[in-house]
Amino acid sequence: MANTKDSQGPLWEVFVQKKSGQPFVHCGNLHAFDKEMALQNARDLYTRRNEGTALWVVPSDAIVSSSPEDIGPFFEPANDKVFRHPTFYKIPDAIKHM
Amino acid sequence: MTTKEALFKYLLRLGDTSMILAQRNAEWCGHGPFLEEDLALTNISLDLLGQANSILQYAGQVEGKGRTEDDLAFHRTEREYYNHLIAEQANGDYAKTILRQFFCDAFDFYFYSELVKSKDEMLAAISAKSIKEITYHLRHSSSWVERLGNGTDESHSRMEKAMDELWRFTGEMFEMNEVDSVLIKEGIAIDLNAVRPKWENKVKEVLEKATLKIPANTFMQRGSRDAKHTEHLGFILSEMQSLPRSLPDAKW
Repeated sequence: MANTKDSQGPLWEVFVQKKSGQPFVHCGNLHAFDKEMALQNARDLYTRRNEGTALWVVPSDAIVSSSPEDIGPFFEPANDKVFRHPTFYKIPDAIKHM
Repeated sequence: MTTKEALFKYLLRLGDTSMILAQRNAEWCGHGPFLEEDLALTNISLDLLGQANSILQYAGQVEGKGRTEDDLAFHRTEREYYNHLIAEQANGDYAKTILRQFFCDAFDFYFYSELVKSKDEMLAAISAKSIKEITYHLRHSSSWVERLGNGTDESHSRMEKAMDELWRFTGEMFEMNEVDSVLIKEGIAIDLNAVRPKWENKVKEVLEKATLKIPANTFMQRGSRDAKHTEHLGFILSEMQSLPRSLPDAKW
């Protein structure tokens, strides 16, 4: 996944949290040679316009990804099992970010 | 010298330094060592330009002759500019650009942290707004100084060369003249002798981590307090000012 062959350093994935308590959402990637540089570059590239209040940066090659061939065995069995979806419950108003 | 005259000159000193450093860093736009760092440095350049804009706008108001920030930026000559000499030094390689930025960031950080206490409300407000940006600039440049100092033999020797070329311009940042004494009495300006030890400590701390030494030669070049510059400023101004001078009514 990570291309470390070029001269721009390894790739890092960037996750931004909009507000405290909300999930960190993947927003893109960047090049950097170390953790501090990755964090600073993430700030410069992804959060200069009030996009968030917290950042995660993760080396891209630390992420384990499913492959396109996994679509069948991984995801399709869920389609015909309606009971797996919690659509029969009412979510109380006090619960946010569901 | 009246308080108003002193404040005008003081504001030029601050505004010109931010503007010339912004202009120098902007020369890297599209030429950075890699995309992310190109963006980081040009973002810093934009922050500095924003600071210069607010300060020179205020300078125009203080002067009271109807000059705008653009008039001050584009229609003054070399001998009317009061920026620190270090800001106008050539970019050189990335080591030199980063070290120049680090010396200036460390100065700005301790300077504006004090200036927020100024009795001049506008100056205090501009300082309060700038300090957040400067805190980030200092973090960026000091981490790069460490990285290059500890990097390879080549990056280390380039940093040593940059140190030799730039150290002599750090002394005059702390020089005070009549402008300062008039404004310190009024509680508007700050005592640079109080900023100096903080700057020196920070510089020592970061240079130690970067395994870099301060040059033994302690000759310090001065001049900017009297609007006397190195050979570089004229070239910067002629490039920066060519459009508004050849097309005075040009608008975006």
